[in-house]
Amino acid sequence: MKVRVLVGTRKGAFILTSDGKREQWDVKGPLFGGWEVYHIKGSPVDSNRIYASQTSDWFGQVIQRSSDGGETWEQPGTPPGESATTEDGMPKGESNKFVYDTSPETGKPLTTHQWYDGTQHPWEFKRVWHLEPSLTDPDKVYAGVEDAALFHTTDGGKTWREIAGLRDCSGAQWSPGAGGMCLHTILQDPTNVKRLYVAISAAGAFRTDDGGLTWKAINRGLKSEYIPDPAAEIGHCVHRIAFHPSRPEVLFMQKHWDIMRSDNAGDLWYEVSGNLPSDFGFPIAVHAHEPETIYVIPIKSDSEHYPPDGKLRVYRSRSGGNEWEPLTKGLPQSDCYVNILRDAMAIDSLDECGIYFGTTGGQVYVSSNGGDNWAPIVRDLPAVLSVEVQTLS
Amino acid sequence: MIRIVLPQHLRTLAHITSEVQLNVEGPATLQIIFDELEIHFPMLKGTIRDHVTQQRRPYLRFFACGKDISHEPFDFLLPEEVNSGEKPFMIIGAIAGG
Repeated sequence: MKVRVLVGTRKGAFILTSDGKREQWDVKGPLFGGWEVYHIKGSPVDSNRIYASQTSDWFGQVIQRSSDGGETWEQPGTPPGESATTEDGMPKGESNKFVYDTSPETGKPLTTHQWYDGTQHPWEFKRVWHLEPSLTDPDKVYAGVEDAALFHTTDGGKTWREIAGLRDCSGAQWSPGAGGMCLHTILQDPTNVKRLYVAISAAGAFRTDDGGLTWKAINRGLKSEYIPDPAAEIGHCVHRIAFHPSRPEVLFMQKHWDIMRSDNAGDLWYEVSGNLPSDFGFPIAVHAHEPETIYVIPIKSDSEHYPPDGKLRVYRSRSGGNEWEPLTKGLPQSDCYVNILRDAMAIDSLDECGIYFGTTGGQVYVSSNGGDNWAPIVRDLPAVLSVEVQTLS
Repeated sequence: MIRIVLPQHLRTLAHITSEVQLNVEGPATLQIIFDELEIHFPMLKGTIRDHVTQQRRPYLRFFACGKDISHEPFDFLLPEEVNSGEKPFMIIGAIAGG
């Protein structure tokens, strides 16, 4: 058995590989050096197919795709050496084209959303935050973007189309927070192909049960004291949601304050922050073999964004929340002031479950025993934006 | 023949290591140059001009014969020295502070 860890950073992507012991690591990179790689993730049905979101304030969005496990890369639709035009003479290279749907055929297309001052503001594409390859088809991928919307491709990333029903749901009310307005989490229910969950910063969580045609906000039970109506249907800053594939109706959420749990597919949430030193943070993840074992990394506050007392601690609950234990062995317990971003935690599926997370200080840590002991894989990468892991046979 | 100098990141995307040479009939405008460039290097679509608005990306600047022509309209006729290949048309990534 092998593991391949895919790391997106502020200045490129890195691929870390090891055998099942997860002690010796090969570090490859940087790929796409100098570009921000918000997310890099492999297909669950073809481990050699990997997609990466490469972005730049100068040059915009580029989608990259590998079909050989990250050895070589191409922009879908324009592989090097291939004709630059299609058979009918049309130029290729639409792989980085994300255009918000405005067609009346799809219902009620939105062209504006709420701005900071309460006025309406045009929807403007900035970048892809998250790529979620399909559970069944390596050529199908979902993309969560900023300004918040959900796109998908069915041709391996050559062309992207918006799933516009999501914005029809309540998009006109969505307003960006300090970090922008991004769709950062996409969960596919493995037991029901028509059910998807997404989470949007400063808007909340949403679910479709009909393959994306219609969506509903699933934020009942959330309370956010920083918005005018703390129990509003829209406007909660959800940082991350997660579930275990064997129990996809049980959701866990790390939001802008509070760890939450839902036992009914998000229809109602309740708080499980329990004895955590801080219920603020970004990532949340579920153990590969224990659906009631979850992990969070508390951060001191929404303005300080570093571990309490400078001690980097992962907290584990084996009871689905409320009772938490700090995991410290191998992690710095003094003078540590890094952050761990929402997409920067991942879990492998080896028999003894491995946990991985990356920090804004450029460290990537691994625990090969469910979180009991930790060790750095690398220490000096650029700030880590995302971490994903593939378990390879 | 028109010579185009791209910033390093765009050369990487286009899989080239030196300047681009394009054959354009008649006097070239910015619009013609970008259209031709994207036909030959479709992977650059969206990186110089925004996909939707077709406007110059804010942090990119265009230079010809030492002159900043970033704010010229896209039907701006390029100088004869650029049109003849004597001097390059340059796309520069602007210094963005920090």
